[in-house]
Parts: sequence; C-alpha cells; structure tokens
Amino acid sequence: MELPVIWFIAISVLWIGYFVLEGFDFGVGTLLPFMGKRNSVDRRVAINSIGPVWDANEVWLLTAGGAMFAAFPAWYASLFSGFYVPLFAILIALILRGVAFEYRGKRDSDTWRTWWDRAIFFGSAAPALLWGVAFANIVQGVAMDSDHIVTASTLDLLNPYALLGGLTTLSLFTLHGAIFLTLKTDGPVRVRARRAALVTACAAVPSGAGFLLWTQAAHGHPWTLPLVVIAAAALVGGVVAAWRGREGWSFAFTALTILTAVAALFGALFPNVLPSTTDPAFSLTVENASSADYTLTVMTWVAVVFLPLVLLYQGWSYWVFRRRVTGASVTGESVTATDGGPGDGTGDRSTPVA
Amino acid sequence: MEALELARWQFGVTTIYHFLFVPLTIGLSFIVAVLQTLWYRTGRHEYLQATQFFGKLFLINFAMGVVTGIVQEFQFGMNWSEYSRFVGDVFGAPLAMEALLAFFLESTFIGLWIFGWHRLPRGVHLACIWMVAIGTNLSAYFILAANAWMRHPVGFSVNEENGRAELNDIWAVLSNDQAWSTYLHTVSAAFITAGLFVVCVSAYKLWRNQRHGDTGIAGVAPPKNDFALFRGTLKVGLVFTLIAGAIVVFSGDHQAKLAAEYEPMKLAAAEALWETEEGAAFSALAVGDTEARYNPIDVTVPNVLSFLATGTFDGEVHGMNNLQEAYEEYYGPGDYTPNVFVVYWSFRLMMGFGLFGVAVAALGLWLTRGKRRTPTSRWFYLAAMLALPAALAANIFGWVLTEMGRQPWTVHGYLLTANSVSPGVSLATVAMSLTVFTAVYGLLAVVEVGLLVKYIKAGPSHLVPDLENDEDESQIPHFSY
Repeated sequence: MELPVIWFIAISVLWIGYFVLEGFDFGVGTLLPFMGKRNSVDRRVAINSIGPVWDANEVWLLTAGGAMFAAFPAWYASLFSGFYVPLFAILIALILRGVAFEYRGKRDSDTWRTWWDRAIFFGSAAPALLWGVAFANIVQGVAMDSDHIVTASTLDLLNPYALLGGLTTLSLFTLHGAIFLTLKTDGPVRVRARRAALVTACAAVPSGAGFLLWTQAAHGHPWTLPLVVIAAAALVGGVVAAWRGREGWSFAFTALTILTAVAALFGALFPNVLPSTTDPAFSLTVENASSADYTLTVMTWVAVVFLPLVLLYQGWSYWVFRRRVTGASVTGESVTATDGGPGDGTGDRSTPVA
Repeated sequence: MEALELARWQFGVTTIYHFLFVPLTIGLSFIVAVLQTLWYRTGRHEYLQATQFFGKLFLINFAMGVVTGIVQEFQFGMNWSEYSRFVGDVFGAPLAMEALLAFFLESTFIGLWIFGWHRLPRGVHLACIWMVAIGTNLSAYFILAANAWMRHPVGFSVNEENGRAELNDIWAVLSNDQAWSTYLHTVSAAFITAGLFVVCVSAYKLWRNQRHGDTGIAGVAPPKNDFALFRGTLKVGLVFTLIAGAIVVFSGDHQAKLAAEYEPMKLAAAEALWETEEGAAFSALAVGDTEARYNPIDVTVPNVLSFLATGTFDGEVHGMNNLQEAYEEYYGPGDYTPNVFVVYWSFRLMMGFGLFGVAVAALGLWLTRGKRRTPTSRWFYLAAMLALPAALAANIFGWVLTEMGRQPWTVHGYLLTANSVSPGVSLATVAMSLTVFTAVYGLLAVVEVGLLVKYIKAGPSHLVPDLENDEDESQIPHFSY
C-alpha cells in the first residue's frame, strides 16, 4: 500500500480515537444539567467520572490535527482556513469547557458553579454538534477553486445534510456519554443516566440511521456498506443493551457505532480528502494533498513506535480509575470523614453535600 | 487595513497569552515534582503541604496553558493556510510528534496525578508528576525545533514542481543548533519564571506572616510551621532561579552569535546598527531615524557588540543598510528591515526585566544564607513580589524580539509573511475572531488571577491540615473536581 493511503487510514484512526473517547466526555458535559440539581454532589459525580481522562481524550484531536498538518499539508491548509468559523467556535467551546472542569470546584459559590456548568454544557454540546456539521461537509465537498482555496461561506456549510450530520454526532455522543455514566457512576446519577440514554436514543437512532443511509447513498462505495450496516446494528444493539441494564455491553456497542460510522465517513470520502463542488478537478485527493514520501516514512516510524506506547499508558489510566464514582468518593467522605473538618470551606472538597 | 495585519495581531495576542502560562507549567511541574520527591524521601509534613499548595497553584495555571495551546495548533491552518501549504511537510512533523510524544504523556499523567492521591502507591504517584514534567519539556523541544526551523531552515529542499518545502533530513531539523540553543534559552527562562513564582508567593506569605502574623483568613492564628515552610520554598525558588539564570545568560550569548550568523538583520535591528562595522559598539541608548536610516543619537559601549556577536572585539557585524542592499540584490526589491523600534526595545526590555529577576534571586539567596536568616526589609519583599511580573514581561519581550525580528519573513529567506496568510479568510472574519479571543482571554485572565490569589491567601495549612501522621494514607487530602 502506498504511504499517502496508509496515512489517510492513520488519520481516520486518530479521528476515530478522538470521537470514541471525547465523544463520551462531550456527552457527559451535555447531560450535566440533567444529572442533578445545581450545586449538587450528583453533578460533581458526573464531572468526576470523566475528570481523570478528558484531557488525554482531547489530545487525540491535537494528534489528528498535527498528523493532518504533517501528512497532508494542503488538506490541513484548505480545511482549516475554509472552515474558519465553525473551528473558531469549537476552539472557544473547548477553551471554556477545559477551564470549567478545572475551576468549577475552586470557589464555594453557587453563582460561580452555575456559570461554569453552563460553560461545560455549551462547551460540550457545541463541538459535539459542530464536528458532525464539519465532517458531513468534508464528505459532501465544498466550493473550492483551482488553488484549493475554499470559497464556500459559513452559511453554505449549514446545509441539510450537514445539519443532519451535526444532529447525529450531538445525539450519538450524548447517548454514548449517558451510557458511560451508567457504567462509571453509582447512585442517583446512574439511574438518571440510564433514563437519559433511552430518551437520547429516540433522537440518535433515527438521525444516525438517516445520516448513514444518506451518506452511503450519496457518497458511499460498495465496500463502505458493511461499515454502515455494522454502525446501525451496533447502535440498536447499544440501545437494547442499555434498556436491559447491560452497561458494559451497551458502552462497547456505542463505541463500535462511533468507530464504524466515522470509518464509513472516511471511507466515503476516499480517495478525496476534500472534494470541490465547484469542479471535481479542483478536489484535494490523497495523492495531490500529501507530503513527500520521506516525511511520511519518518512519521510512520514515529507512529509505529509511540502510538502503542500511548495506548498502553492511556489504557492503564482507565484501569486505575476503573471504579465507579459515587457521591462519597468525590466528597472524600469515605476517606477522610471530616464533614465540617479543617479541610472544608475551601478548595474542591468543600462543595456542600446536598 | 488588511486581513494580514489582524491575523498577525491575533497570532501575537494568542501566542503571548499562551506563553504567560507555558513557562509556569514547564518550571512548576519540575518544582512540584522536586517538592513531592522531598516528601517521598523524608516524609516531612512541610514538604507534603508545599507539594499540595504549589500543586494546586500549578493546576490552576496548567488548565489555562492547555486550553490556549489548542488554538495555536489550529491557527496555522486557519489564518496561515499558505504558510501551512508551503511548510507542512517539514513543520508539521515536529508538531505531530509533539502531540504524540509529549501531549499524551502530559495529559494522561496529570489526570493520574490529580486523581491518584489515594489510588496509586506513593512511588507511582510521584512518578506521575515526573512524567508530566518530562512531557512539558519534550513538548517545548518539539515546538521550539519547529520555530527554530522558521528562523534557520535546514534539512529540506523546495520542490520545483509544486513549490513546497519538502523534508529530507529530520535529524537536521531536530538537531538544528538554533533549536537546542533556543530550547536552552526558553526553558531556562521558564525555570526563572517558575522559580520567581515560588519566590513571589513565598515572599508574600512570609511578609504577611511577619507583618500581620496571619494566615490570610480573618481570626485564624498562623501555624508555626507556615513560616518554616515558606522560608524553605523561598530558598527552593531562589536556587532554581539562580541556576536557570546562569543558563539563560550563557544560552542568550549563544543566541546572539547564532543570530549574527543566520539572522544578521535581526541582530542589527536589535542593536539599531545601520552600517556594517568592525569592532561594532553595543548600543546603550539609541534614538533612530528609520526614514533616513541612521541614529541621530546613539550612546554606545565600544566593541562590545562585536564581542557578543562574533566572540572577538574587532569582529565584523553587518548593518541594516548593507543587509537591505544585499537582500534586494538576492531576493528582489522589497523592504527586508524589521520594525527597528520594536526589535531594539524588546531586546533591551527582555534583558532588563530578566536580569532584574535574577538579581533579586541572588540578593534573596544572600539574605537567606545559613539555616535561620530570613529577610526583614519590606523593600526586599516588594522586589521579590515584583520579580514575577518582571520575568513574565521578559518572556514576552523575548518572543517579540524573536518573531518581530524575523520579519518580513515567516521562513527566513523562503517565504514572506505577506505570502503566508490565508487568502480565503476575510478581514471581517479575523476581526471577529480576534475580538472574541481577546475578550474571552481577558475574562479568563481575571478569573485565573483571582483564583491564584484566593489559594495563595488561604495558604497550605488551610489546604492540608496538620496531620497526626503522614503515614496514614487516609489523612492526606485528595484532589478532585
């Protein structure tokens, strides 16, 4: 196989990793307002379930972006400048969300936490929606001239297919997050998350199925059909498993849904990387957008050596935090039993137990 | 006004802002790791308190560094698409490596460190903060290697067919002398900044303790060991600053010599040197006329510039007028002189602020010599508290010098800044993003400083109560969100 094709696959793997992992923490953030009353320990349980891992999940995005820059500079250049406004909105959302996680518990004030909760909600829901819009547009193609400069306006990006894509990622990530919460928490949050999963499924299943079928019909290849079928089946399987309380299975199924759905999108895109709707001849392809073989060879070696290492220690961090998060575990009660003790009144242990 | 101008402003604003947090992350991760190691080795309670206290401050800062860093990676494509198209083959590789080798390390182990206080064995937990420290330093190397390549492009050739730079030697890029020299200079500056952060905080606590005998909380008597603790951390901060200060001077000298070799125009602008001279003088104060291209007033120290640039007192240093002429001949007509006023003054402000910080550290170390001496003069405490903003200012001016001095190029000798900007992004769009970034960043700065002040005032004994026994794991407070 040729190096540019290998790197096209590698980049799709990085995006898959990003969406499978950050997908659930976007979902948890989107569901935060529904997981407990304001300032309740329940909300803290939800946040702490992703606390140790969200940052490393986000690095998949940075790696995917860096890999696109290195392996397909023309793709990176046209895409990022052409999708300026949605990417800018995603950046602002990720900034506010990241700071919110870290700062939310650092002042004992209702107003303070309320504002950071809003930042977590919008900072999670907006990218979950916008990534779907962006990827649908990538698959569908945008107006682009012979110099590979995108001429489509921001409003052009908000077409029906892209909006359905956005709805799909938003609902799918929310479902994925809800199921993650059922798997990783205990107590009231777990109960609410299960209900949220079933409600979200009512949006995720139809929009996901519709979007995948549309993708397959309009842009697919014969060999992307199995991916679409598996994605749809896994989505239904995930919902059924959630309904029956099989939390581990349902999480595995929604992860598989995201994996195969993103793979199907990249499959549908191939061999283009950014099709031009102005003239197919202006499209960026795996061939004309890629770096020279030397760079790709170097990058291949780096990836072969270090990606398994990353998977190993990132997997280990998930193993360390495998236990369910509960009200007692976030307030530290079971550990220090100092309700009202000297450690209270400041810092992140101080949220009053509702 | 053109989109180019605002895109440059946006890059400047977002990068400088990002670099307020980065040096603290680089340096504080190490200092916290050292403090935790001391606790691990000795089991002394003050070290645990110091680790958790500075660890908390470190995390408040760390979050800002992380989120503002995402902007940096996206911005090349968003605002500088033609730059990205031209250099991606070379420049993208270190960026991708940075994410894969460094960001994953940092982000995974920071999660393990924050949430692992009770879940990991002590030795493993300690190793986590060291991994974070290693990750931040690796990350600095890759991004600085990328930046160094823009100033001294190596290991590539330009493909005649598609007009793109193509990498042909990754080792040349990673072992670029500009890269490791810049790394030494930047990272030692980061250690100065973090060292002075610790100095600033410790000085504040000691001063409050001496003057008011309080912990920052009304009606709470100061714990006796707070004093010992902050005297200890003050010394840790001073030592870090002074060692890093020595490296910053050495590497800065090397940077000047590299500039003379690779970016003579930058050096000439930093010294407001218009004409090529042998035995060039160091400019102490120049008032220049950039239209007529000479200095009506220039107070100088003879021969020093030649020594700094070449290592000999009568070495030849190129002047801007001669370079401009040579560049026009080689690259075609155009203005190849950077903004002399900005470059000249940022060079001086960088050195001035930086040396002030290091001088405070030297003074502080003298005043705290021995086992018991503690400074009593309010002037020292005032200087120690001002040393942190001075260090941050020195960092900013250092980058202004580096980046403005490279103009009009993005890739020295190959690509002009004017040809790097995204042609498809309108002025209105950049104006919008610049406005929102500035507003959001401003707001977050207020919030961040507010939190730092809150936690500094509260102090360590508030965070980590006096424990009967550190050996009892359950007594150690754990971090969570």
